[in-house]
Parts: sequence; C-alpha cells; structure tokens
Amino acid sequence: MAQVHLRNVVKKYGQLQVVHGINLEIEDNEFVVLVGPSGCGKSTTLRMIAGLEDISGGEVGIGDRVVNDLPPRSRNISMVFQNYALYPHMTVRENLGFSLKIAKRPEAEIEQAVDEAAGILSLTEYLDRKPGALSGGQRQRVAMGRAIVRHPDVFLFDEPLSNLDAKLRTQMRTEIKKLHQKVKSTIVYVTHDQVEAMTLADRIVIMRDGHIEQVGTPLEVFEKPANTFVATFIGSPPMNLLDGQVQSGKIALDGGPSVSIPEQSRGKVQDGQAVILGFRADNLMPVGHSMPMPGEHSELGMTVNLSEPLGTETLLFGTLAGKEVQAKMLHPRPVAPGERLEFQLDLTRCHLFDAKTQQSLG
Amino acid sequence: MNENLIHRLKGHVLKVLHLFALFIAMSIICIPGLWVVLNSFRPTVEIMAKPPVWIPNDLSLDHYRAMFGAAGEGGVPVLQYFTNSLIISLTSTIIAILVGMAGGYAFARFKFRGKAGIFIGIMITRAVPGVSLSLPLFIVMAKTGLIDTHLGLILVYIALNVPFTIWLIDGFFRQVPVDLAEAAEIDGCTRWQAFWKVEFPVARAGIASAGIFAFLTSWNEYALASQLTRSTFSKTMPVGLRDFTSEFTINWGGMCALAVLMIIPALILTFIVQKHLISGLTFGGVKG
Repeated sequence: MAQVHLRNVVKKYGQLQVVHGINLEIEDNEFVVLVGPSGCGKSTTLRMIAGLEDISGGEVGIGDRVVNDLPPRSRNISMVFQNYALYPHMTVRENLGFSLKIAKRPEAEIEQAVDEAAGILSLTEYLDRKPGALSGGQRQRVAMGRAIVRHPDVFLFDEPLSNLDAKLRTQMRTEIKKLHQKVKSTIVYVTHDQVEAMTLADRIVIMRDGHIEQVGTPLEVFEKPANTFVATFIGSPPMNLLDGQVQSGKIALDGGPSVSIPEQSRGKVQDGQAVILGFRADNLMPVGHSMPMPGEHSELGMTVNLSEPLGTETLLFGTLAGKEVQAKMLHPRPVAPGERLEFQLDLTRCHLFDAKTQQSLG
Repeated sequence: MNENLIHRLKGHVLKVLHLFALFIAMSIICIPGLWVVLNSFRPTVEIMAKPPVWIPNDLSLDHYRAMFGAAGEGGVPVLQYFTNSLIISLTSTIIAILVGMAGGYAFARFKFRGKAGIFIGIMITRAVPGVSLSLPLFIVMAKTGLIDTHLGLILVYIALNVPFTIWLIDGFFRQVPVDLAEAAEIDGCTRWQAFWKVEFPVARAGIASAGIFAFLTSWNEYALASQLTRSTFSKTMPVGLRDFTSEFTINWGGMCALAVLMIIPALILTFIVQKHLISGLTFGGVKG
C-alpha cells in the first residue's frame, strides 16, 4: 500500500504541452478519480504514473520512491485497461497468473493467488476458458482479477467501464467499489463519466486542458464548485448559468429579472461587477411543486418550452435571461408547452461566479 | 403449386447449380496437378497418346525407380537436389521471417522519420520483375564467387522475400493492440519479454503464413536458380527438372515424378502450419 504524489508534473509531445505542471497528493488506500472531458490529460497523467508515458518534467512518486525513470515493472502497480487488454492466447487462469509467473513465484503460490482472485470476482468456473469465449462483463472481471493477484501498491484504472452497456456498467461500478473495500489499496481511476466519478471516489480530481480545476470529495465539488467549468461538469443536469450584473445590492440578470445576492457571496462583490449566477435544476421549482425552501428565495416567472416527465419528477425547460434553463417539478402534473409558471429559486443554494475569471465568489 | 413449394424447389436447383459450378472451378484448379501425379505413374506411350488416355490402364513406379537409379539409365541426383532445395529454402525463409518480424514490428509500432517513404521503397522493390534481375545478379554473383553456391541463392531469396514478409507481418502486428504489450509490461515483463510472451504468440498466425509464402517462393523459384546454379552441388529441384530434357526428347514421366517429390514437402508444410493459421486467428482478448 502506498501514497502517490505528483509534483509539477508536465507532459509534452514535441512542442505541444498536454499536462501543465499538476500537483496531487494521493493518500494511502484512497480512491481518487481523475475526471474531465476527453483530451484533458487525465489518461496521460495516469499513464505517467504507470510508466507507460515518459514524464517531461516534475516528479512522480509512489510510496517514498521517486519513480520518474523506473520502468512499469519496477513500480509495483497494476492497471486495468479500457479494452481490457487480456492476452487472447492464454486461458483465464494463465491471464490471472501471468504476472506471478513472470516474477517466477512457485507454482503452488500462483495457483492459490489465482484461485483467491477468481473467488473474489466469481470467475472460478471460467478459469479454463480463453478470453474470446467470455462476455464483456466477464472479461472486465478477468482484467480486474489480473490486477489484484499481485497485491500491488497502487491500482490504476483507465476508463474500465466505458466498453460496457449501461446496466453492466452500473453493476461493475458497485463491484469496483466493493473490491476497493475488500482489498484496501490506493486506486487512481480515470473516467469521463461524472456519475462514475461521484459514486466511486473518495476524492475527485477535475481536469481540463492539462490543468487541475478542483480537487475535493464528491460532495465538495458538487456543493462548492470552484469555477463554472466544474459547476457544469459535475452534476446532472448541468448547472444553469445566467449572466448578470451587480446593481445596488441585487443581481440584475441580463434582459431579465433581478434576484437578491446569495448570502454566502455578499461582501465579495462590488457594484457594477459582471457576474454569473449558477443554480441547479433542483433549486428552481414551480410554486406548489417544490421542496420546502426555508431560507431566502426569489420568485420568478418563466414560460415552459418543453417538459420531460421522469416519473417521480419532471424536468422543465424554459428561457430565463436569454439562456435555456432547466428546472425540476416535484409531484408532477402534466405541463403543456407554452404554459407560464411561477418558480421559486432557492438563494441559499445559488452560486456566484466572476464573469471574467469564471471563478467562484462563494 | 403453392409459393412455398416453388421457393423450396428453387432453393434445391440453385444448390445443385452451385455445386456444379464449384466442381468446374475446382476441376480447373486441380486437374493439372492431378495430371502431373497421374503421369508420374504411367508409361511415356500413354502420356503422349492422342487422344489423351483419361483412365490409366498401366500404372507403375518405373519413373521413380529410374529417377533414383544409376546416372546412365535416366537417374538424376534427386537426393542432392532435394537437400539443396531444403537447405536453401529453409535458411532463406527463417532469415526472411526474422528480418520481416523486426521490420514489420518496427513499421507497426514505432514512429520514425521517413517511415512511409521507406515502406513504399521496400514495397517498390517487389514491382521489379525477378527475371530482369537475372543478368545483374549473375554478374554480381560471378564477381563475388557466389555462383553455384547455396549462399548465393539464399541471399537472393532473402532479398526477394523480405519485402513481402515485412508487409505481411506489419499488417498482423498492427492488429495486435498496443495495450497488450503495455499490460504485459505492467505485469512485470521487460520490453523483450512482452514481445516474446505476448505480442509474438498473438501474431503467430500471421508470421506462420508469411513463412509459408516465403518458403514456397524459394522452393518453387526457377528462373533465377537456373541462372545462378551450375552443378549438382547447388541445383535446386525446379532446376533439376531440366535434367530430364535432352537434345531431342523430353522424359515427361521422369519430370512428373520429380515434380511430385517437390509437391509433397510443400503440401506437408502447408498442412502443419494451417492448424496454426486457424487457431491463431481466434482473437478475443480485446473487445473489437
């Protein structure tokens, strides 16, 4: 078991810099998820930890060793690949035992370790099959089994669920979480799926264009997004963002109504400052169909353009201050397009961002 | 008649036509080969008969007996030719495969300057007709003293086969996902081990097929071998066939007998490797 640290890690391909000096400390036994849109450098970062990619600058450490120039085999890590990368010419048993065989461990020990891993992942009855004869979910489990037999210091997962169908993905997500509780080890997990990130992570690292935008627990990044990017990336549906200006203690939304400044941002804004008001669909609800809002709230009228009934709630789409906005309706009733409703905006759950820097003013 | 019956009858008729067409096609492919085998077992009179005798009535091993017999009675140094062919073909195939693996792997995996140009350059050498090389090769070999040696032919066949093996093996390594080698490296392999324990076995089928092609090219090559060999010391079997021609006659039966001896090893080899071809092609480690 080990910590992982990244200090000012840089990756360049020729002139093109894709990772810009990132810093990250990962604790022992921590489950850290790197998340971001494609091309944000998350996979590259993972591959630098694995040793599959040269490190152009900075320092990567596992445990108390700096591993910058060590080959993958000397780092005591294991990795689950997006396409599983099982050895097609070997049986499941040989796939699982391959790393131990390379390490020249005694037969008996290999057998025991393989049986143990197969037991944990319920693969025992498939041990003599080749990967070609397995379903996607089973291959995925073999790939995880191959990672756990070695009891590595760190597990690396590179979008391991993206090849599975939606149902299997949810199921494997739970299995990965259970696995982490069972085998207790440090995990670095890369995904572009924010739901996976939220459900699995102890801490989420949100990346964009080779920079880390925010690091925090799933609730922290959800409740206190550091900037508009995190605000729209984490959470589904994405946070509504409306442009506005601070005017005499209120926020005048561009071409729309004014709302009070959320309490947590008061004193951090000046008159005339251009700001962005952010709120989630959960915090904009029609009067009579909302959660109780004991704190401060504003009332706004909005015409509904489209409604998406989801059963327990209905998503409402409308236009506010020139932007499309999503709201939520609890205890839904049918809503016709074009119907005008009064909405309540929960100010205690609103976020204010600086329009220039896009950073949070909360 | 109802519609279903018509469709069923149509299906039967189509199937019969299909089999008949296949029979014709296979006949066109197989009859020359079968004719060679057949002729090796019958007397010259029957071979030369007009109209042809389709059903042999006098089969014997006379041509084989004569071929292995004394030099004055139609005998040729078959074993010597066979050994020459085997040494030259096997050696050149093994080297062509090794070079092809190194080259194919490099083209499939690495980025380097002028990659496309080099690849096309290598392929263009295949566009030169082999026979047009015979005079230059003859001169080079004569100057270097490689005329009538095994080594001379081996070098020529390596040069002929390498572009082809590189091209074929490159294609097969491209199909092996890079992730496999990376997974092996993470599992504790060195780069070298990852190649031999994972990438090579997965691409084995392609390498085997490249091997067959290279072997058959060398084994059957006649034009260049006939220029570059002089004596029994280095003549290969295709060149040996010419021993059956004399000034006024051609011993067709003997020639066919030697041809049969040539075909057999090629058949056996193809048969052995064919198993690998099929088993090796069952991919599945990676979601495709």
